Amino acid sequence: MKKFINQVDDLLVESLSGFAAAHRDIVSLNLDPNYLVRASKAESKVVLISGGGSGHEPLHSGFVGYGMLDAACPGHVFTSPTPDQMLAAAVAAESGRGVLFIVKNYAGDVMNFEMAAEMLPFEHATVITSDDVAVENSTYTTGRRGVAGTVIVEKVVGSLAETGADLAACKVLGDRVNSRTASMGVALTSCTVPAAGRPTFDIEHHELEMGVGIHGEPGRRREAMRSADEIVADLVSAILEDLKPAQGSEALLLVNGFTGTPLMELYVLYNSAAKLLKRHGVNVTRSLVGDYTTSLEMAGASITVCLLDEEIRRHWDAPVHTAALRWGR
Amino acid sequence: MNTEFILRAAEAVYQALLTHESEIESLDRAIGDGDHFINMKRGCATIVGMREELAALAPDAALQKIGMKLLSTIGGASGPLIGSFFMSMAKAVKEEGAETLPEIAIAFAAGVEAIKARGKADVGEKTMLDVLIPVSQTFTRLADEGYGRAELLEVLKREAQQGMQSTRDMIATKGRAAFLGERAIGHIDPGAKSSQVIICTVCDLALANP
Repeated sequence: MKKFINQVDDLLVESLSGFAAAHRDIVSLNLDPNYLVRASKAESKVVLISGGGSGHEPLHSGFVGYGMLDAACPGHVFTSPTPDQMLAAAVAAESGRGVLFIVKNYAGDVMNFEMAAEMLPFEHATVITSDDVAVENSTYTTGRRGVAGTVIVEKVVGSLAETGADLAACKVLGDRVNSRTASMGVALTSCTVPAAGRPTFDIEHHELEMGVGIHGEPGRRREAMRSADEIVADLVSAILEDLKPAQGSEALLLVNGFTGTPLMELYVLYNSAAKLLKRHGVNVTRSLVGDYTTSLEMAGASITVCLLDEEIRRHWDAPVHTAALRWGR
Repeated sequence: MNTEFILRAAEAVYQALLTHESEIESLDRAIGDGDHFINMKRGCATIVGMREELAALAPDAALQKIGMKLLSTIGGASGPLIGSFFMSMAKAVKEEGAETLPEIAIAFAAGVEAIKARGKADVGEKTMLDVLIPVSQTFTRLADEGYGRAELLEVLKREAQQGMQSTRDMIATKGRAAFLGERAIGHIDPGAKSSQVIICTVCDLALANP
């Protein structure tokens, strides 16, 4: 293992401290319990709080700020945060209009947020994201994982919350965006959890892991390496099979890197996916390409398609000012 | 069951987990995401470090405090599950006491029920419950039948071992391994393994301290 670390046990706090110092105009950090809130607290709006294991940066800390989250709770690497973090973050950020948790569908995250919600002294609701079509919902009862599509849910609902919408409306839109969003990922290498010190799974030079999750957990199939177009064809066809878009549908295409894949290659994937979607009658009108939901140093990427409508497009376009996403403001 | 036994059990479990580090880690790398051992170790180390603070408490208060602390230090799926186990056990001990074997069996069963409820899981899903549920059922039955302490503890150890082994040929329907489908077959569940280690360690401690 070769990583920039002082002491492995200090990695998380040092990283959070660096992040908060670098973006002190946007976020402020609380330690023990660990959470990030906006540097200037928003008044009288539904408060959006997300969180999850660390190692997926910029998810979720990089999306705290105007137009997206009010707070983020980072857990240890690939490990859900704990209820005391969510409670403390909610108390710090709450402004009288209730709390919306946005939670990726992993057993640990769901249970920790559920226990926090049970203890929460405010009106609250939860949106569970489950965009990963690599997991067949019908076969495995844990259900589909929440992956890069979570960024879109956070952006769109974040914009709605800024308009003063109530908790119920935020919850409805979050669920609606989630149901119109599908993702699938592929890994070319494994990743190494710093405290474990060795790769989570072994993969040969000529292999890829189709349907990989964002925690280095193996996907559905191990296959031989193929061309970018062939890989994209598999990812996009799984996504389309799930979304079943009508001819002429409008979409946001997110090509998300897991960290170890150069932007140059991500654009190769984007080029391929956008053309393929067009051939299937899907018109890509919005795009996002880059590392937004990562998996430590893993090489690989995921493709996410969100079917837009007027409301979702409007909230996607609305101004946002966070460490990792900023436009219009 | 007094507070001193609970604290000594925590220390023994911590040592036992360290002894089984590579085994639990390799199981978790095979069908999990590699964080189970680290999380369990962090939780145990925290409880061991709270000895002074816990020693003065009655057993139910100590269990409650342990549950709350584990909830905020373990994280992942194990945190809420194990935290709920201790908090429910604390409640049962407070209501029923934990002097006799049947009373301890009731408290243990309450803890296992809390894990079932929080995890929405049951036997046969390739999780820690494949160890905990059969152990709890056997514990309750043998305690009610008036089995001797030493004999009962030996049976529970065997039950934990069998439960752990039973996960090898299962398809997981709960937990991280559920994403693997049939690829999880042939691997023992890491949570079942750590549960077996914990149960056997606590039984051994009880056997050594009649």
